Amino acid sequence: MAAPKKAAASAPQDKTNGGSPPEFTREQELKALRDMLLIRRFEEKAGQLYGMGAIGGFCHLYIGQEAVVVGMQMALKEGDQVITGYRDHGHMLATGMEANGVMAELTGRRGGYSKGKGGSMHMFSKEKHFYGGHGIVGAQVSLGTGLAFANNYRGNGNVSVTYFGDGAANQGQVYESFNMAELWKLPVIYVIENNRYAMGTAVSRASAQQDFSKRGASFNIPGQQVDGMDVRAVKAAGDEAAAWCRAGKGPFILEMQTYRYRGHSMSDPAKYRTREEVEKVRHDQDPIEQVRNRLLAAKVSEADLKAIDAEVRDIVNASADFAQHDPEPDAAELWTDIYR
Amino acid sequence: MPIQVLMPALSPTMEKGNLAKWLKKEGETIKSGDVIAEIETDKATMEVEATDEGTLGKILIPEGTADVAVNTPIATILADGETAADLAKAPAAPAPSVAQEVAESRSPVGEGKPMISAPKAAPAPQAVAEPDPEVPAGTEMVTQTIREALRDAMAEEMRRDADVFVMGEEVAEYQGAYKVTQGLLQEFGAKRVIDTPITEHGFAGIGVGAAMTGLKPIVEFMTFNFAMQAIDQIINSAAKTLYMSGGQMGCSIVFRGPNGAAARVAAQHSQDYSAWYSNVPGLKVVAPFSAADYKGLLKAAIRDPNPVIFLENEVLYGHTGEVPKLDDFVIPIGKARIVRSGSHVTIISWSNGMTYALKAADELAKDGIEAEVIDLRTLRPMDTETIVNSVKKTGRAVTVEEGWAQSGVGAEIAARIMENAFDYLDAPVARVSGKDVPMPYAANLEKLALPSAAEVVEAAKAVCYR
Repeated sequence: MAAPKKAAASAPQDKTNGGSPPEFTREQELKALRDMLLIRRFEEKAGQLYGMGAIGGFCHLYIGQEAVVVGMQMALKEGDQVITGYRDHGHMLATGMEANGVMAELTGRRGGYSKGKGGSMHMFSKEKHFYGGHGIVGAQVSLGTGLAFANNYRGNGNVSVTYFGDGAANQGQVYESFNMAELWKLPVIYVIENNRYAMGTAVSRASAQQDFSKRGASFNIPGQQVDGMDVRAVKAAGDEAAAWCRAGKGPFILEMQTYRYRGHSMSDPAKYRTREEVEKVRHDQDPIEQVRNRLLAAKVSEADLKAIDAEVRDIVNASADFAQHDPEPDAAELWTDIYR
Repeated sequence: MPIQVLMPALSPTMEKGNLAKWLKKEGETIKSGDVIAEIETDKATMEVEATDEGTLGKILIPEGTADVAVNTPIATILADGETAADLAKAPAAPAPSVAQEVAESRSPVGEGKPMISAPKAAPAPQAVAEPDPEVPAGTEMVTQTIREALRDAMAEEMRRDADVFVMGEEVAEYQGAYKVTQGLLQEFGAKRVIDTPITEHGFAGIGVGAAMTGLKPIVEFMTFNFAMQAIDQIINSAAKTLYMSGGQMGCSIVFRGPNGAAARVAAQHSQDYSAWYSNVPGLKVVAPFSAADYKGLLKAAIRDPNPVIFLENEVLYGHTGEVPKLDDFVIPIGKARIVRSGSHVTIISWSNGMTYALKAADELAKDGIEAEVIDLRTLRPMDTETIVNSVKKTGRAVTVEEGWAQSGVGAEIAARIMENAFDYLDAPVARVSGKDVPMPYAANLEKLALPSAAEVVEAAKAVCYR
């Protein structure tokens, strides 16, 4: 058998605004930095707890992709829904779900968002309009289209942001959903997080059409490739897509060119790519370092940035503490929430 | 020799229809392809085209005749050179004699014109000995087809709750592939009666997503055979989300459509999914038999805050039954019904299996065996109590299902009887089921593959040691 081809380590190209996305205000930069840092530190902690055996099962970390959810969330309004697959911790934190509840779900405790019955891949928050957290690759695309259907039915002006990866983009129901979304002009932004690998399979080995922004072409759904490592480019594209949806023009596809630094899951030895490839992306394109460098160039003090680091670390450490000390669910919980 | 024109079948399951109109008169010349008559069922109106040339010799069934059995000679065509005198040579017509009383048409496409009713081709065995405890004594009843009962249930719930909508293939403009959604588009509009593309996995997921926000979709599958394309969304998304979300996010949705064997449509269109869906916690599974139960249980299913699999049966759609004329007739999910009481053996079935069960009970009565017949109506949650109480009384049980025996619902019922009434059993529980083969096409093989009343009789006698 031929050795798997290594994917070309080409840098994601921003095609949204000719390589220069609109500048953020200082407040926006600071918020983006804080929210991305929270996700990164949270995920690093989750990785540690997994290594200690406190988290079981599958655990898919979002490290490297933070700019995607943080930038998209900055483009949304109250009431817009978010739904994604199993690499979902970042999405939950970005929607404002509490770190304690997410981490306690990872450890399977009663204070978790699903009372410990869902785990890493299955968490929800009606309050934050987060609809999961789905473990079947591609299923969330039809479900997210259904959220948009409901928005349309109710005429509430809300948009469904439906995230999926380059791997899920090859599932059949994605295209069934695309067809109906465009046919019925549903307000859904399909955010394809192209992190270059579906588990261990490089995009080039799995996808006949590697430009995911074109995946809606045969349904007349417009699409854009976006530098998913630059939070400003993500937000700008999100603004454009949301405006399109809210104007009643139907769905919009955003291909976020991004990268995951860690393995597919905690148990992935990541033999399908080189250490150099990972290091190069981290060094050249890290979404958090990009913001930090811009802030420093704009004369924000190191001390101010350290204060953000400290706030985030406190939240994450507190969540880890909570998640390890919160009791497991009561045995009676086995039999609840099957029917209502 | 004159040629007979026979009453045609419009669908694999049509047993009878109305002769709405003759478009040719006796003595008129007919060419092959001419439309000579219109026939209708409660589902559709179709034109009858001549396949032979000649002259319309005699009209045997006048227009306006209702309930003409398929294959009844309806006219004779004289070939060139033949005259009315040759009519006597036509093969002896087994045409049923037409009764003279005038009945109101039950057909929604019949525009209420009077129909002369012919003897029923195949009266549905809806004999119900026991009164339905859900229906107050003295309630006025209306005779409806199951198809109409289902439509009325949906229409009533859609009037009651703006969050209820129906989606599926051909449900709107075509008026339903099996005409179950007839008239809904006209009353509720395209926003709430939604034609989907042929894309089961996709629209099932869209329905579940919409339900997660609090809408109450009725998702029609043209048949449950096609729902296999969507079963991931039904089980992994609809059934499990409430649990996986710690009770936060449920899904009030009905998946409905014909299930099981129709007639002569072979293996891919003839599977019974009763056992499949009733295996899954988080789903409720309903499979009624009588028209009243179809209506009352569909209304309950639409109101239920959980995902409900509503298994219908195409063979039964055209069957009529008495439906209580009540403003809001709802039958609770999860309750079986004793439709015939008896003391010698309990026969347990649901949906079209009841056809065999009730026929068998009639036969057994002739031999002095009084069968108690239970219509389960709901498969999950299963009404174990009604089954067990009956078996404690009779000491013997036979299950009847169209699906396969292995891991089937009958196997589950037998296990529950063993767990709850072992000491009361005078014989092992017997199962009558569909044979362990894919459904064959050939008429004789299909008949062999399905259960029969004779098999139920045999099983009942065996457990009675008779």
